[in-house]
Amino acid sequence: MDWQAFWLTIQLATLVAAILLVIGLPIAYWIAYSRWRWKFLLEAVVALPIVLPPTVLGFYILVALGPHSPLGRIWQALTGHTLAFTFEGLVIGSVVYSLPFAVQPFAAAFSSVDPRLMAASATLGASRLRTFIEIVLPLSISGLITGAALSFAHTMGEFGVVLMIGGNIPGITRTVSIDIYDKVQAFDYAAANATALVLLLISFIILSVVYALNRRGRINRGIPLWR
Amino acid sequence: MEIGARLSNLEKNHPVEKKGLNSGALLVQIETHLLHKNQNFELKLDLTLRTGITIIFGPSGAGKTTLLDCIAGLKMPHAGEITISNHALFNSAQRINLAVQHRRIGYVFQDLALFPHLTTSQNIRYGLRHLSSSDCSRLVSAISEAFRIAHLQNRRPAEISGGERQRVALARALVTDPCVLLLDEPLSALDAPTKASIIDDLRAWNEAHRIPILYVTHNREEVFALGERVVVIEQGRITAQGTPHEVMTAPRQETIAQLAGFENIFDAKVIAAHPDRGTMTCRILPHQINGTQVELETPLVRADVGSNLKIGIRAGDILLATVKPSGLSARNVIPGKLKSLVQRDMTIVAKIDCGTKIDCKTKIDCGTKTDCGTKTGDAIEIIVHLTLAARDSLQFEPGQELWIIIKTYSCHLMAGA
Repeated sequence: MDWQAFWLTIQLATLVAAILLVIGLPIAYWIAYSRWRWKFLLEAVVALPIVLPPTVLGFYILVALGPHSPLGRIWQALTGHTLAFTFEGLVIGSVVYSLPFAVQPFAAAFSSVDPRLMAASATLGASRLRTFIEIVLPLSISGLITGAALSFAHTMGEFGVVLMIGGNIPGITRTVSIDIYDKVQAFDYAAANATALVLLLISFIILSVVYALNRRGRINRGIPLWR
Repeated sequence: MEIGARLSNLEKNHPVEKKGLNSGALLVQIETHLLHKNQNFELKLDLTLRTGITIIFGPSGAGKTTLLDCIAGLKMPHAGEITISNHALFNSAQRINLAVQHRRIGYVFQDLALFPHLTTSQNIRYGLRHLSSSDCSRLVSAISEAFRIAHLQNRRPAEISGGERQRVALARALVTDPCVLLLDEPLSALDAPTKASIIDDLRAWNEAHRIPILYVTHNREEVFALGERVVVIEQGRITAQGTPHEVMTAPRQETIAQLAGFENIFDAKVIAAHPDRGTMTCRILPHQINGTQVELETPLVRADVGSNLKIGIRAGDILLATVKPSGLSARNVIPGKLKSLVQRDMTIVAKIDCGTKIDCKTKIDCGTKTDCGTKTGDAIEIIVHLTLAARDSLQFEPGQELWIIIKTYSCHLMAGA
């Protein structure tokens, strides 16, 4: 088994989930509470990765990261190499690819917080930021866990985007799903099966933990489980 | 150090200042639009709220919660101003709109809005962030004692009863020492004894901290139980204000349906109010100038002397006597003459002419029979319903002189004339 690919994949997924937690929260907050009339456009853009074929997304990200794009040029000027076919490029691509899997659960959780609670917080003298940190975030905790776990799991299993922008460089861009594909191509079904089974188990454990945590969260807040 | 330090600390954190321990009146003059059941209507209110409890009474959708939200800053009126102790919270002309968190307004929501993930004591101390932790704990335990919830401090809102949640919500709003307290039907879901005990605690608090308290309700009983003053809001307008007694018995805008039950409806003018007796004197207006005069003693309502009203009296509520009665509790004893007597089904409909022409220069007071004999056709006609037995035992005949007796509370007053 290619443990290097596993380790790389877990690093990638953890980093992507952490980045999405940071950039996903403000986007989700804005989607949940903004009254801007063109908001639906941003919602559509965020949701695009769900419906686009990973190859299409991967292709455009590759172009955007390449040496002819502004981003690619800035990166090259700063680091001396291009973003494409690097671990950093893979992180950027994965963040875009998993964005809806973080933002949508976050936004849904924020919108389900009773607006009267936020109003009550404001009348008690709390700023918007304090209300967000002390009221909205704790009450959205299950949505946050769900979003983080889904983006982690989604990144673990991504294939198309990785192949397009990362290629297959061991220790740099070779993730578990690429590794499995590689083994199947080489007719090494036993090795492919072992790796696939481990990936399946990891995904199952993550989802079980998420649902278990959400259940505990509900009990702690006194919300009936059947709702 | 305690109080002084606390006050200066409060003032530093809150732009709205308190003057000593008493804060002043709340002035609200706003215009905004409301959407209720897909009907758009205008909310236009002009109110001055002194310290103490003021009930905001009205049907659902009248704009009561919108008024509270505008005061709290949760909604922005289209125009107008909201001022407390001469400090503007909102002023459309000067483009002032103080943020909710700087208004120092205690707001107890209809659904309470307790933070479900915090314990009761954490809920109560939520608004005390600006205080030191020792001051904060002292205030929280004091208010918890006052509202009898100290034993619940480590429980979450889902783990306590409805009445207890109500107390926690009140304590959470009051502990912040607000300039105004807004209560949106806070007791509507409670049983009567729980409600009464919370009302007592609120009253006690109000005695100690004189601030304007707005208590929104659509429950008549709460109006009488709590109110020092009542403001009635219907369809976005103030339709009455005054003491609960004045307002709740105030003349209502008459409608066809409301008048349907009254056989006798008279235009009348208020000529004197007797607040000491709880009554007022109304003169029935003649149908023609220099007509006849009859005065009735009616319940006291919020109406100016000289204003016009309608008085409705049910034909079945009027008594007839063949001799002038004495020792009666009824305040209106009016002489009259039986004009006609008609049987309809099992009811006798009697028509009686009362009052006399003014030109005979005899002022008719209620209960004083006139000696002027020139009663003519422009007298006031009153319809009285009798039973067959009453007619037979008293042997009424057309043309007979008799006395009409009307209780004060049988006179129903309606606005307009």
